[in-house]
Amino acid sequence: MELIAAALTFIGETATDVLPIAVFLFAFQRLVIGRPMPHRGQIALGFLFVVLGLGLFLVGLERSLFPLGRLMAEQLTNPGFLQEATGKAGDLTWQDYYWVYLFASATGFSTAMAEPALVAVAIKANAVSGGAISVWGLRVAVAIGVGVGVSLGCYRIISGVPLHYFIVGCYLIVILQTALAPKIIVPLAFDSGGVTTSTVTVPLITALGLGLAEAVPGRSPLLDGFGLVASAALFPIISVLAYGQLAEFVGRRNTSTSGRSAS
Amino acid sequence: MKESLLTLGKDALNSLRDLTPIVSVIVLFQVFVFRTPVSELLPLAYGGMLVIVGLTFFIFGLRVALFPVGEGLAQSLARKGSAFWLVAFAFALGFGTTIAEPALMAVTGEAAKVAAADAVIESSREAMDNYALLLRLTVALSVGTALVLGILRILFDWSLPLIIIGGYTLVAIVTLFAPKDIVGIAYDSGGVTTSTVTVPLVTALGVGLASAMKGRNPMTDGFGLIAFASLTPILFVLVFGVISQWN
Repeated sequence: MELIAAALTFIGETATDVLPIAVFLFAFQRLVIGRPMPHRGQIALGFLFVVLGLGLFLVGLERSLFPLGRLMAEQLTNPGFLQEATGKAGDLTWQDYYWVYLFASATGFSTAMAEPALVAVAIKANAVSGGAISVWGLRVAVAIGVGVGVSLGCYRIISGVPLHYFIVGCYLIVILQTALAPKIIVPLAFDSGGVTTSTVTVPLITALGLGLAEAVPGRSPLLDGFGLVASAALFPIISVLAYGQLAEFVGRRNTSTSGRSAS
Repeated sequence: MKESLLTLGKDALNSLRDLTPIVSVIVLFQVFVFRTPVSELLPLAYGGMLVIVGLTFFIFGLRVALFPVGEGLAQSLARKGSAFWLVAFAFALGFGTTIAEPALMAVTGEAAKVAAADAVIESSREAMDNYALLLRLTVALSVGTALVLGILRILFDWSLPLIIIGGYTLVAIVTLFAPKDIVGIAYDSGGVTTSTVTVPLVTALGVGLASAMKGRNPMTDGFGLIAFASLTPILFVLVFGVISQWN
């Protein structure tokens, strides 16, 4: 009963969010294009599903992904668990949280490997580059980037390095790589950053970061807890650019050796 | 009708497949590392079902209603070639889709809770809702602006790397002046906006316009819009922090 009431509240709230979009689309179609909307019934049905789905998703989020992210953070930083894992009591350094890094990179890697948007981008890139960029190579490169990004983000929260040093440092690497990497990979690399942060991953790792910042002594959720999404979106750019550089390097060596053997 | 049901079924399978890896990692950790009893995990599994059903309905609705209409509009406008209406449409599209973005609702809600706990804002329900809404409006405004910039870039052929590098330099400078408590939220909102709702519609607009114009490449220009949409939210939320500091 209580669940149904919660769902209805959320559905009511999302309806007010979605309504302006519907009004705007209809108005544009009428006033600017000057033609009535085609398939009106189907579109009304679609909007009904959007509102319903969004409402249910938000209830589920509140009852599963958020508590789960916090629960994981709590368990991973539980003093009893850490003592059992590291064999020391009290005074922990950042290395002692290795289960956190392991969980973070497993989550990042596996969600990126399964991301459908990434598969689509990889197939397109393979076709455009004439096979130079392989579908699997790109997917693994992005997944490694996300895995490293999330676990380095967790390291940042645990060690307390200010986020903007971290981000600015990474962007300097990106700018340097952009200048050196083969031109074909650059737009693709920038694209892969945005592709990987999906609707399910974002709430889960946000809750993980906030939970970590609450649990690790000396950290504040507001100052240190955010930023995991940012690093999950940033590192794929670096790893894909690196993949492009590597592919070019291997390609060049192969052509030069085959050139030599031919002559 | 039968076709719609088939699509709905396919969407359900897709949502299930997207969630499988993350669920397996969590279950592996719970069972083998923490040895949590299964009974404690059941309520979470129930919420997880709601996530799957909700996501399925949401994406199905988008596919049936929003995407065809949005794409049709974007293409007609691109063919019509009126710069004013293109810019107006781009802004409204960015703003509207961002307001309805589920991941953004999640993150701003959490941000409001954390800000209230740290006494940055009052910890009343009203103040928290207000803060979350202001954040969402700021991000939506920034994505609208990003799409306008992106459209202008395609129309006037501005250099993408120059704008991006310039934009991030600006971000780095504003970060120095912004209150520390907004920096994390700002950087995160950049990654949040480019997801389920925004990307397909934005790509349709960029690709539609670039293929309608002579001398533009649909591959590279469709991409530029998304790069802008993940940059401007950082900048706008930082500025939002600077302004709210004055009050």
